[in-house]
Amino acid sequence: MIANFGYGVLVITFLVTLYSVFAAIYGDRKQIPAMVESARRAMLLTWPLLTLTAGVLIYLLVNNHYEVQFVYEVTSRSMPTYLKVTAWWGGQAGSLLFWSWLMSAFASLVTLRKWDRDREFLPWVIVVACVTVAFFIGMNVFFENPFAQLYQTFDGVQAYTLKPADSVLFTPADGRGLNPLLRHPGMVIHPPMLYLGFVSFVIPYAFAIAALITGRTDDRWIRLTRRWTLWAWLFLSFGLVLGGRWAYDVLGWGGYWGWDPVEIAAFMPWLTGTAFLHSVMIQEKRGMFKQWNMLLIILTYDLVIFGTFLTRSGVLSSVHAFAQSAIGPLFFAFIGFTLITSVGLIIYRWSSLRSETQMTSLLSREALFLLNNLLFMSILVVCFWGVIFPLISELFSGQKVTVGPPFYERATSPLFGALMLLMGIAPLSAWGHSTVKTLGRAIWKPIVGAVAVTAVLFATYTQKVGALIGFFLVALVIFVTVYEYWRGAYARQRSQGENVLTAFWNLTGRNRRRYGGYIIHISMMLMAIGILGIEIFQLETQGTLKQGETLSVANYEVTYKEIAQWDDLPSGVNYRRAVLDVYQDGKHLGQLAPRIDYYYDSQQNMTIPGNRSTMRDDLYVLLVDWEPAAATGATFKIYVNPLVNWLWLGSFLFLAGIIIAAWPEREKERATVKAKASIRQQTSAAD
Amino acid sequence: MGSARIAFYFLLLTLVITGLWTGSASAQGPTPTDDEVNRIAKQLYCPVCESTPLDVCPTEACRQWRDLIRTMLAEGKSEAEIEQYFVEHYGARVLAEPPNRLATYLVPGIAILLGAFMLFRGFQMWMKPSITGAGEEAELGAEPDRDPYIAKLEEELKKQK
Repeated sequence: MIANFGYGVLVITFLVTLYSVFAAIYGDRKQIPAMVESARRAMLLTWPLLTLTAGVLIYLLVNNHYEVQFVYEVTSRSMPTYLKVTAWWGGQAGSLLFWSWLMSAFASLVTLRKWDRDREFLPWVIVVACVTVAFFIGMNVFFENPFAQLYQTFDGVQAYTLKPADSVLFTPADGRGLNPLLRHPGMVIHPPMLYLGFVSFVIPYAFAIAALITGRTDDRWIRLTRRWTLWAWLFLSFGLVLGGRWAYDVLGWGGYWGWDPVEIAAFMPWLTGTAFLHSVMIQEKRGMFKQWNMLLIILTYDLVIFGTFLTRSGVLSSVHAFAQSAIGPLFFAFIGFTLITSVGLIIYRWSSLRSETQMTSLLSREALFLLNNLLFMSILVVCFWGVIFPLISELFSGQKVTVGPPFYERATSPLFGALMLLMGIAPLSAWGHSTVKTLGRAIWKPIVGAVAVTAVLFATYTQKVGALIGFFLVALVIFVTVYEYWRGAYARQRSQGENVLTAFWNLTGRNRRRYGGYIIHISMMLMAIGILGIEIFQLETQGTLKQGETLSVANYEVTYKEIAQWDDLPSGVNYRRAVLDVYQDGKHLGQLAPRIDYYYDSQQNMTIPGNRSTMRDDLYVLLVDWEPAAATGATFKIYVNPLVNWLWLGSFLFLAGIIIAAWPEREKERATVKAKASIRQQTSAAD
Repeated sequence: MGSARIAFYFLLLTLVITGLWTGSASAQGPTPTDDEVNRIAKQLYCPVCESTPLDVCPTEACRQWRDLIRTMLAEGKSEAEIEQYFVEHYGARVLAEPPNRLATYLVPGIAILLGAFMLFRGFQMWMKPSITGAGEEAELGAEPDRDPYIAKLEEELKKQK
């Protein structure tokens, strides 16, 4: 009964979103403001309706309603309540509903803003947002109903939306439980973060389409959505980092990024989104590349849908699974529809999207930003090809192949290196025009600093060429950024009589976008240190030890002390936990306790590493194998992951950088910006 | 005597050959270490699980495959032979990269080069009207247009010095 109520609300929500789409189009075409307002109110109604639907689903999950197929598949009696709630996005049907719920929340927030100057955008923003929400709700209504119930029929137990004739409701005694890998706190936060990133990129896309349809192709839509884009980027970036941390903590292979297609699916919109964030600045400052910016946001939107399609359609396991999947072909059709329509609109508005100014120098900021875009797009091409190549191979030759990390690492390393180099040069170049002389004058000091750091590293740490190039680039970017900061702060210190800290604070506050961006650059370099460390210097060893025996790697020694096994019956988990003594150069550092958790409900193991983490390196120990009956001992795998903590440190700084860049300006500053924009508009009109 | 000598040498030769054969057949080195096994298993992907290298795959099937690698290494098989064995039995998907590497790298390579070429042409096109002006400016040694923010910064720094 409750499940049927949930499904009923879902159907009503679907109809409301459809109404909103048609009312917005009709209201705009016939110029009936009341109709557009009705569409807006319908849009605003979707979020409370979806919240009610979600509330029903959570009620079913928390109260063990195993007659509901989704509840049966993702929960069990032994799971704690908070995990039963987060199981909402632990399965296909629930995660689609979660997507719609978040999307509808964001769309509602947008429609609640003041639309005084931009009222013509409103109906088309509603249309795009509601079409996207309707598509996802439609998936739930017609194909992936989270409220479908299990019925016993003559053919066995199957899930149905409506009770079939001659059937009885079937309620299993317990559920199958959530995949143990999804019970980690990182996995509780990681999907919402990614989804937040995904759905918030829909907002700038909706404004871009509205701009194309209404013909207001100036940079107004970019200014309106700049903060949305930054928040979208923040959520997506943080989602990716959390995913990496989760992989490091629970997947048990000593790394954080495996170039898995699911990871790449989330990484691709990040690439185009990052390119977009840089590229829109050219449009704002120089009125150039409007067509390109439109194309980038359209690509980002479709890559968001493509990412969801990759992970939800079954296409990754096999093209045949995709063909059998109910939602796969629909996703494919939706991507095709939105891509063709959007690109068609760009072509339609092509002439009004022409650049307002000419490029005057190959070393100008805009030229270097464009080069940055080329590099991001190149990485995207590599990623996209790597993901679809196995599908193409299976489709055309019938041969299943794997495109694994060696391909991606080989193909993207030079591209990432070039991006780092650009990150070092671009902040020193000027908008409009730069020459080798002006650039050389600005960059020589940071280069000298970077060479000095590299020489010290060569003498004391490593002679590996790849690592030295990487560290040189990291040092260059950090020196350039710090140099830029110092110049600004020094000028303020002298002119305003401020102390160093106040000067830094005020400098950042007065130009948050620029200096927030610089902090993001530095954070990226800290992450790069971690990536270089683990990619180039990682060491590993594996061995089977009896109690008291020792395994050595680098300057660490690990001695197997004891192992214990016990059941935690209320949680339904069996723990096998080993204790090891850790020594470094003969000095006792402490103990590590890697373990294997076996979940009875889902009959799956989870490998939890014992990790000793410092800024220099991580000693990461896994219990690979141990059988109580066997006298052979326990097998351990040990990784030494140098510098990996810099990756996590960088991600925190990254967060700070985005918050600074996206922080709303004060009223006074906003007024100045508005005045400047108005002068620019008047000037271009006069031209 | 002559035939006896021939028979003796024949017997000796037979014994030597047989001995050598037997020796080579049973020439199994010491049991390979986990690290030696993992070095090869790392290059192979689990034929069952998606995107999981064989050295870290926790399934029972993969443990057996790692044991198989150990046995083959003990028998003196090379890395290439072991990879070939897995490809023959489980298909090309066990390799970390498709067998035909050219096809894998060619398409993105061409796409990137094409993108770079288009950007280069774009630069040429955008620069055309002003390239003479820029050249003259450079010849005259004039300062280029400055980013107003940087210009202001420089000005303030100069003033203070």
